Amino acid sequence: MLKIQNLHASIDGKEILKGINLEVKPGEIHAIMGPNGSGKSTLASVLAGKEEYEVTQGEVSYLNKDLLDLAPEVRAREGIFLAFQYPVEIPGVTSVNFLKTALNQIREHKGLDPLDAVSFLSLMKEKMTLVDIDKSLLHRPLNEGFSGGEKKRNEIFQMAMLEPKLSILDETDSGLDIDALRIVANGVNQLRSSDNATIVVTHYQRLLDYIVPDFVHVLYNGRIVKSGSKDLALELEEKGYDWIKEEVNAV
Amino acid sequence: MAVRSIKLENLQQEFQAFEQTLNGEKNSTLHELRKKSLSTLHELGLPNSKHEDYKYTNIARQFSKVFSYATLPYSNTLDKEIEELLATNREANSLVFVNGNLSEKHSTLIEEDKFKLLDLSYAYKHFPEAIEEYFNDLGPEKLDGFEELNTSFAKNGVFIKLENNVVIEKPVVLYFIKDTSAGEVLTMPRNLFLVGENSQVKITEMFHTFGDHKSFTNTVTEIRLAKHAVVDYYKIEPDRTAAYHIGHTNVTQSDDSVFNSVTVTLGGSMIRNNLSIAMDGEHCESNMYGLSILRDDQHVDNNTTVDHLKPNSYSNELYKNILDDASTGVFNGKIYVRQYAQKTNAFQSNRNILLSDDASINTKPQLEIWADDVKCSHGATTGQIDQDQLFYLRSRGLSEESARAMLLYAFAHDVLDNIRIDAIRDSLDGVISTRLNKDF
Repeated sequence: MLKIQNLHASIDGKEILKGINLEVKPGEIHAIMGPNGSGKSTLASVLAGKEEYEVTQGEVSYLNKDLLDLAPEVRAREGIFLAFQYPVEIPGVTSVNFLKTALNQIREHKGLDPLDAVSFLSLMKEKMTLVDIDKSLLHRPLNEGFSGGEKKRNEIFQMAMLEPKLSILDETDSGLDIDALRIVANGVNQLRSSDNATIVVTHYQRLLDYIVPDFVHVLYNGRIVKSGSKDLALELEEKGYDWIKEEVNAV
Repeated sequence: MAVRSIKLENLQQEFQAFEQTLNGEKNSTLHELRKKSLSTLHELGLPNSKHEDYKYTNIARQFSKVFSYATLPYSNTLDKEIEELLATNREANSLVFVNGNLSEKHSTLIEEDKFKLLDLSYAYKHFPEAIEEYFNDLGPEKLDGFEELNTSFAKNGVFIKLENNVVIEKPVVLYFIKDTSAGEVLTMPRNLFLVGENSQVKITEMFHTFGDHKSFTNTVTEIRLAKHAVVDYYKIEPDRTAAYHIGHTNVTQSDDSVFNSVTVTLGGSMIRNNLSIAMDGEHCESNMYGLSILRDDQHVDNNTTVDHLKPNSYSNELYKNILDDASTGVFNGKIYVRQYAQKTNAFQSNRNILLSDDASINTKPQLEIWADDVKCSHGATTGQIDQDQLFYLRSRGLSEESARAMLLYAFAHDVLDNIRIDAIRDSLDGVISTRLNKDF
C-alpha cells in the first residue's frame, strides 16, 4: 500500500528526515516511536503533503502512485488521513459544514454522487457514537474552545466520516487522560479492516496497549534505526531511548 | 491651515445658484445655519492629505474637481434597476432618492401611522423647530469641512422621528441612488433620525450608482437615541463603479440606549466612512462592526470615534477588511474615555486579510483615557490566509479554492451575522459568496 524509499526531507534548509525506508501493507498497524525531535511529526506531515517541507531525495509510492506528486487534497481523496497532533482552530467553520464539503469532494473524486443532507446526517449520527462525541460540538466552530480531548476525539470522528485507507495518527495520545485515550483507541480499532492500514506516531508506549501494532519502528535522528514487534515498544517503555541513542552513536 | 485644506473655487456661485431653488425659505433659521456653515467652510476648506485624519484618503482632491452642485434631473431610465433593488426587500419602509431627490413613486411606507419618515425639505415645512434644534449640533469632532459643505447645501434627505415607546417592526431602508448615465453626479443627503424613549427601529442606508460617469456623495446622518432606545444602523456600499463617497454618521446616546451599527463596503473608487458616537449617558451599549471586501484599486477608510462621556457604558468594535489586487484600506479607531466616565468597558479590534502583494492596509488605534477605573483593549492583525488552516482543510479533501473560500467566507460572516434584517443579510450573503468564489 505504502512504500517509502530513502526519504529525505528538510525545512528551511535544515534536513530532518535522512533516509527513511518503510513499507506498510493493507491490514497492518505500524507504530513509529522515538525521542522528541527525531522527525516523527515531520514524517507524518510529509506524507500528508504539508508544503513547508521540501523532499530532497527519495520516493514514496502509495497504491502504485507517486505520492509526492499529489496535492494534499488529492492524497486525502485517495484515502490518506492525518490526525493532527495539534488540530488547528478555525473560527466560523463548523465541523458539520466542512465535513459535508470534504466528503462530497472525495465522493466526486471517486465518481460517486454527492450525499444529500439526510444521508449525511444519518452517517454522522452513526459515526458520532464511535468516539462518543457530542452533537453540539460538531455545530460549533471547528476546534475553537475545544479541550485537548475534544480536539483529538474530533480528529478520530473525522477519520470515521472520511473512511481513509491509510490513517496516520500523529501523537494522538498526547495530552489525553486515560478515559479519553480508551475512547479514541476504541474508535480507531473499530475502524480497522483488512483493507486499511494505520501508522501510529507516538512518544509513549501506553497508546499501544490499546491499539496493538504489528510492527514498531524507532525513529532517531531522521532515520529508522530499529524495527521489531510490539515487544520493542515495551522494551522502550522500560529502558527509555538512551540505549538506542548509544547504539546508533556507537556505529 | 492653508496647507492642510483645499478651497473650493466656485463655491460662492454655486451657493447662489442653490439659493435660487429655495424660494421663500431664504429667510428661515435653517438658511441662516447654512450661511454660517458656508462661511466656516470658506475658512476651513476641505481637509486634504496633510490633515492627520485624511492622511491616506485625499478625497478632498476628488471633490475639488467637482463641476456643479446642482442636482441632475432624473428621467425614468433606471426604473427597472430600482425595482430590482426594491424587490430584494419588499417588507420594508423604504424611501428612494435618485440624484438627491425623493422619488415618491418608488417609496413605500407600511407603518406610516407609527412614526414619521419624510423627506427633510418636507419635514422642515411642518416641524421646523425639531429640525433646527438638532441641526448641525454635531458629535465630538466638529471641524470637518465636508460636514460644513453638506450643511451649506442641506435640503433633501431623510427625517425620521419616533415618539416614546414606539417599535417599528419592519426595517427602514433608505436608497440613495445615483444615475450617472448623463454625466457626473454629486449628492449631499442630510439625514436626521430622532428616536424617542424606549423606542426601537432598524435603519439601513444603501448607496448605489448606475451609469458610467463618476458619482460623488457627501452625506451626513445624525442619530439621537433617547433613554432606553435601541437602534440598528446599517450602511451598505455595494458600488462597483466610479463612486467617491464620504459619509458622516454622528450618534448621540442617552442612558440605557443601545446602538448597533454594521458598515459594509463592497466597492467604490474611494470610500470614507466617519462614524462618531457620543456616549452621553450611563449604561449605554454600542456595537460597531465593519466589513470591506475590495479589489482592483478601490480604497476604503473607516474612521471611527467613540467618546465615553459618562460612567458605566460599554462599547465594542470589530472591523474587518479583505483586500485583493491593489486595493487599499485604512482603519482609524479613536476611543476617548473622559475622566468622569469610570467603569467604562471599551473594546476594539481590526482584522485584515491581504490577498495580494499589492494590497495594503493602514491601521491606527487611538485610545485616550482620562478615567482610572476602566477596561479597554484594542488589537489589530494583518496577514494572508492562515496557511495552517488552509492545509488542515485540504488534508481533509477540500480543494485549495474551496478551502480558501471557506476561510474567507467565515471571516466575513463574523461581521455579517450582526445584521439583524434577514433580507438584507441574505442578499449580502449572496453577493459575498460570489465574490469569494464560494462553491460549497
